[in-house]
Amino acid sequence: MTPSPFDDASLSWDQAGPERLYVITGGRGASRRRADVDLITLVVARTAARPEMQPEHASILRMCHSPLSMAEISAYLKLPFSAVAVLVSDLLRDSYVEVRSAVRTDRVRNPELLKAVMYGLQRL
Amino acid sequence: MDFRGSEFASGPAREDALPASAATAVKIVIVGGFGVGKTTLVGSVSEIRPLTTEETMTEVSVGVDDVRGIEQKTATTVAMDFGRISINKHLVLYLFGTPGQQRFWFLWAGLFEGALGAVVLVDTRRLEASFDVIGRLEDGGVPFIVAVNVFPNAPTYPLDEVRSALDLPAAIPIVACDARSRASSRDTLLALMRYLYRLSTQSAAPVAASAATE
Repeated sequence: MTPSPFDDASLSWDQAGPERLYVITGGRGASRRRADVDLITLVVARTAARPEMQPEHASILRMCHSPLSMAEISAYLKLPFSAVAVLVSDLLRDSYVEVRSAVRTDRVRNPELLKAVMYGLQRL
Repeated sequence: MDFRGSEFASGPAREDALPASAATAVKIVIVGGFGVGKTTLVGSVSEIRPLTTEETMTEVSVGVDDVRGIEQKTATTVAMDFGRISINKHLVLYLFGTPGQQRFWFLWAGLFEGALGAVVLVDTRRLEASFDVIGRLEDGGVPFIVAVNVFPNAPTYPLDEVRSALDLPAAIPIVACDARSRASSRDTLLALMRYLYRLSTQSAAPVAASAATE
């Protein structure tokens, strides 16, 4: 695995300035971002990271060997959600990852779902 | 919980990985003013050390109040702490604590969309900070309960007094909470879940309608 400059733990959110974000996303904005990806969408890698990949794409593939939410990817990469959404959309387009979407808005009032969450919390 | 504190830029520590069977995620949003204990509550119940995600907000005009990241006139960075609870092999619950600046809560597109519900965490010393968010949640049809965070050095009031001070409809639960305590924070989330379950089984009384009665 190629070490990426973005694996440097000393990198802070403050260094994610507009120029860095422009480079990482190739200057692409919302147009290249899938609308169905939100903060709690779970991302799972379908392939291993390869040396020729953009470092951020490779980092996402490495950390998503187990399911990981978009919010967690954003936290570990120290990149804003919108930049991560563009990167994950790239990976989706190439079928390098699959996403497990959050419960749809019309299902969050489902009593069975709510009961399951309640049981889970009671075991804490 | 993992308190080793090092940054894993390459991803979560092995013990923080979700099982491969994790298929669905749901979220609860914790809202409240600056310093009211949102991150404390999230940290008390989260199975992972609370993490931070950020989003860049673009605004038509920048107000006169405190704004970080002023290098771009119309862009503001908003940070949000969150935690995670594995409900079962397939279902994961995320808890998001909203940023302190109230005007950003509803700018983060999709934050409340698809949320199971919200907990409004209040500090009795600064109740007025909660009026705006309660109104906005009611307007947005987001079901919520109110949790009064009990600070050791703050005067305590009967919950009924806090309810009437907040002009909170009788149907909306209000509970006392110690955000530092795992059990108390869990019970607060359970109070929200019981309320949501009750709403979901009351087919004749949709959330928006019950919120609009007051």
